[in-house]
Amino acid sequence: MQVPSHVEYERAATVGQALELLARFGPEARVVAGGHSLIPMMKLRLAQPETLVDIAGIADLSHITAEAGELVIGALVTHAGLLDSAVAGEHFPIFHDAERVIADPIVRNWGTVGGSLCQADPSEDLSAVFSALGATAVIQGRGGARRVPAREFHVGPYETVVAPGELLTELRVPIRPGSGSAYEKVARRVGDWSVAAAGAVVRLDPPAPAGRASPGGPAVIAEAGIGLTAVGAEHFVAAEAEEFLRGRAADEATFARAGQIAAGHCRPAADQRGPVDFKRHLAGELTVRALRRAAARARAA
Amino acid sequence: MTVNGTTRTRDVEPRLLLIHFIRDELGLTGSHWGCDTSNCGACVVLLDGTPVKSCTLLAAMAGGRTVQTVEGLGRDGRLDPVQQGFIACHGLQCGFCTPGMMMTARWLLDRRPDPSEEEIREAISGQICRCTGYENIVRAIRWAAGHPEGA
Repeated sequence: MQVPSHVEYERAATVGQALELLARFGPEARVVAGGHSLIPMMKLRLAQPETLVDIAGIADLSHITAEAGELVIGALVTHAGLLDSAVAGEHFPIFHDAERVIADPIVRNWGTVGGSLCQADPSEDLSAVFSALGATAVIQGRGGARRVPAREFHVGPYETVVAPGELLTELRVPIRPGSGSAYEKVARRVGDWSVAAAGAVVRLDPPAPAGRASPGGPAVIAEAGIGLTAVGAEHFVAAEAEEFLRGRAADEATFARAGQIAAGHCRPAADQRGPVDFKRHLAGELTVRALRRAAARARAA
Repeated sequence: MTVNGTTRTRDVEPRLLLIHFIRDELGLTGSHWGCDTSNCGACVVLLDGTPVKSCTLLAAMAGGRTVQTVEGLGRDGRLDPVQQGFIACHGLQCGFCTPGMMMTARWLLDRRPDPSEEEIREAISGQICRCTGYENIVRAIRWAAGHPEGA
């Protein structure tokens, strides 16, 4: 029987209250929202916070809105909420690709987007997704809010830039016309962590003027983001492959080379989900597949 | 919290899990305590109308909310169509996963009155049955969907 160790429990109804409680109870306090990462860790005694500050009741952190060129996702949006969001899927199909294969439907009902990011599990999917998208995290402290790029959010396994006394409140994703995005994951079964996964975001240049390119030829990649999950990629991205893609034709040869570069630069670890060479192979192949789908969606956009 | 329509008030330790509150404090043993690791779904109950693995929440987190367990599925002495479907289609053998399966089935039919087989399989994909191979569970939920009061 798994039982958490003794803990105090407090509830916050507003962000201000949460920050007050976090200040009062100090660095041994932990924020809980859906609890679907923290409670299992507490049951295994891998986490033993002195106080839980329950923020699930903060109403204004559970919305998804498109405003001023950005998609704003509240930290308390559940995985199911993101999967069901028409506005999120319209701008960034990568969210629906990823959420369809995160945990299982019951867990998705209560686990939150902010909780997943703050848990910072190296095999967690949304870190790669938000990094590929070039998103920004908004972190509230008692002195005000600060904004941190998703790519700088993680400090290491299970560690983020969110300091004791601070609260992740929202994720902001820039909406770029002419973009497409996709996520490809291999897992052993429903509900399991990724063996490996890749997300791609591609913005294509408008067709070149007549005379400069053959009609119907491949579009040119103006900008690309590639996120990698569970393969030890620094900041969850394949920066070298992103660099390679910029300005090149959006065709199979380009995608194949980008996949090779992504595979070459990641550092997977062997575990029960597979050996290093298999994960490296997946990182490359899934990058190619994600790029292919992202580019197709960008053309259709 | 409100459990199956009745307000239940208890002072509990913050570390008490919702499944143990339901079973040990309230004596409602229909919800089963299975794997204890958020995998099997035997402990699924509806919290504010949405299925949750009750081994993965503290009872305190559900305070003030509405909980529905399998004991609250039937109404006025009549079984819910989902329960009737599990009987009609032999949707269980040992019965351990059944309460959780039925709670998820009820939620699915409330949202999607006429689900495809694929949608049913997706909905119960976070719950494990070691007896039936799922075939009869899927049939039972389809049966409930076809029942006049199914949705």
